[in-house]
Amino acid sequence: MEEDPVLDILTQKFPDAVAERKTWKDERTAVVLREKLVEVCLFLRDDPRLSFNTIIDICGVDYLGEEPRYEVVYHLLSIPSARRIRLKVRVAGDDPRVPSVTSVWAGAEWPEREIYDMFGVAFEGHPDLRRILMPDDWQGHPLRKDYPLGGIEPWSERY
Amino acid sequence: MAVAQTLTINMGPQHPSTHGVLRVVLELEGETVLRAVPYIGYLHTGIEKEAEYKTYNKALTMTDRLDYLACNNNNMAFVLPVEKLLELEIPKRAQQIRVMMCELSRLASHLAWLGTHALDMGAITPFFYCFREREMILDMFDMTAGARMTPSYIRVGGVAGDLPDGLMEKLKKFLKIFPGKLDEYEALLTKNKIWMMRTKGVGRISAEDGMNLGLTGPSLRACGVRWDIRKAQPYSGYDEYEFEIPVGANGDVYDRYLVRIQEMRQSARILEQRADGLAPGPVKAKAVKVTPPPRELLHGSMEALINHFIIFSRGYQVPAGEAYVPTESPKGELGFYFVSDGTEKPYRMHIRAPSLMNLQALKKMVQGRLVADVVAIIGSLDIVLGEIDR
Amino acid sequence: MGVAAQPGGFQDSDRALQGAGEAQAGLEEDVRERVLTTRLETMLKWAKQVSIRPVEKVVTWARQRSVWPATFGLACCAIEMMSTVASDFDIARFGMELFRASPRQADLMIVSGRVSRKMAPVLRQIYDQMAEPKWVISMGACASCGGVFNNYTIVQGVDRVVPVDVYVGGCPPRPEALLNGIMKLYDKIQREGMKKG
Repeated sequence: MEEDPVLDILTQKFPDAVAERKTWKDERTAVVLREKLVEVCLFLRDDPRLSFNTIIDICGVDYLGEEPRYEVVYHLLSIPSARRIRLKVRVAGDDPRVPSVTSVWAGAEWPEREIYDMFGVAFEGHPDLRRILMPDDWQGHPLRKDYPLGGIEPWSERY
Repeated sequence: MAVAQTLTINMGPQHPSTHGVLRVVLELEGETVLRAVPYIGYLHTGIEKEAEYKTYNKALTMTDRLDYLACNNNNMAFVLPVEKLLELEIPKRAQQIRVMMCELSRLASHLAWLGTHALDMGAITPFFYCFREREMILDMFDMTAGARMTPSYIRVGGVAGDLPDGLMEKLKKFLKIFPGKLDEYEALLTKNKIWMMRTKGVGRISAEDGMNLGLTGPSLRACGVRWDIRKAQPYSGYDEYEFEIPVGANGDVYDRYLVRIQEMRQSARILEQRADGLAPGPVKAKAVKVTPPPRELLHGSMEALINHFIIFSRGYQVPAGEAYVPTESPKGELGFYFVSDGTEKPYRMHIRAPSLMNLQALKKMVQGRLVADVVAIIGSLDIVLGEIDR
Repeated sequence: MGVAAQPGGFQDSDRALQGAGEAQAGLEEDVRERVLTTRLETMLKWAKQVSIRPVEKVVTWARQRSVWPATFGLACCAIEMMSTVASDFDIARFGMELFRASPRQADLMIVSGRVSRKMAPVLRQIYDQMAEPKWVISMGACASCGGVFNNYTIVQGVDRVVPVDVYVGGCPPRPEALLNGIMKLYDKIQREGMKKG
């Protein structure tokens, strides 16, 4: 296990919440349990040594065939110390729920809505969880691996 | 008894000033905006899903259509994580050409922004002036890559081909007149009383709110945060150029305008540092499986022909793993997150679009302002719906 | 019945009809009107040869040279459309520099860019709000046939939603290509004459 100042501080504070840690080139990744996600994010934002004050991006990945199926990936940036970290939360396919981090960074609102729209992962505590890119009455979650590229009828033959 | 009622009106998606198909539902009390809720998705193209069905080279051509004002920056943000996974070493000349193309794209994007922003606010003249300079830049892209707006010139492993003869002369001619043109635009707007009245103090956002919302790019720099990825986490040789980062103070529309004008000056400065000549050498990395062989070899060598065919039909395999490389596009931080499973097609390609996060700041900026200010604020955020909706 | 007495051969048909009887009064009226219409048409055709053709020429010339496009820029093609409006490729030479924001005041809809399934009803609504005569130019590959994107969200050709007059290919088409499309539209307006509107 390589030494990394940020991951060391994180694993020291939350020894049971961090399931895996990895560093590769200049990227550091930590897999976090979903129950502790909001706690970990608050710590990352408020701790003066870390101060990850910007949420860069949240995205989802569908590993169809593996369990847990979905992975929600958070990219964070600390502007004062110019450091980045990637957090991952794994959720099972039959229970895709993740606590929302909109209480930590307000900018998480729309990326989380997009993951809900595209993958069907629900974010608990989100102020306004509804579809964002597809029409409101669309059925299905397009970025799932079992959703065909051409769409599902009759929505694909609407126009 | 008079009861105050709020009026909800709809702005867009077909609207001359929303810079694309953006719909904003405004809740008004008189002319004051109480709430503005943006609705997006009218340009959703499914690029992320399409990329999972295409090889890396083919997926690259779709990236031009994201931020369609600054196409080379999208290509750059695409190739950097793929090259990180492939562990390619890009030759010096290719890096310098890439920086040149990215800075020209930055200029083209800011010029289009200035023209349309001023047009929204009623100043029609800058539109024609800015597009006149933009035509010179698009002409240079046309010479180099074959297409004005969607070049796909920056490829994995380097660039598509070497610069044509006559390009550096054109660039030098452009750089000679450009600072004078910038002075022209500033003379029209910067000290203009009407412009200042419409933009000073409008759409203010604080640095903490901005960072909390994920705001990046010139909009964040206008709040006073000195953060530019080209300086903080440089890529493609940006640390060898001398340039400054303009930073504003108030975080209002006027400061964002000033920051972008100064950024244009700094981009011209970067271009001038290599306008006399780039480093000699190859323009593609030495990776037989990834970069196609030079076309002259295809006539004689069977291996080159087979190689070329396989690269363009089946594609090259990218080692399994994941990578994210941030770049500074004219709108903010643009980055591609790739998850590769070792095959020729990306398992997952996610685009971190700066305009998506920047647009979230609209709700905060617009509160308490008038309806006319909404147009000014949307324009100053410099959003491109192509990358918001992907 | 409101039918004025006309010179010429009406008396023959009237006499022929009179013998039919009261029960066929409705049929009489119907046939009478049809006969009247045929006569009117013949007269109009003759009159058109002499007097309407010049009027038609003026009307089509006016329609051609002052088409007002509606602002319907969607994606990348919209930027090339803006370049066409700018001074290098001046669309004002064609009388089209006045892009109307309100579809009620517009004649031409240049659909420039990819149309997603969410946007298609909006496109149709804007088209319906335009007054006759109206034309549609489908600019770019995405508007003409779905372009590079063939998936769950892009309408494969805007002619699935609105009737298109001219298709301009390209990704994006150069401003000269768009101007070529506009000149083809001129030919079309010329050919249509006064049939539209």
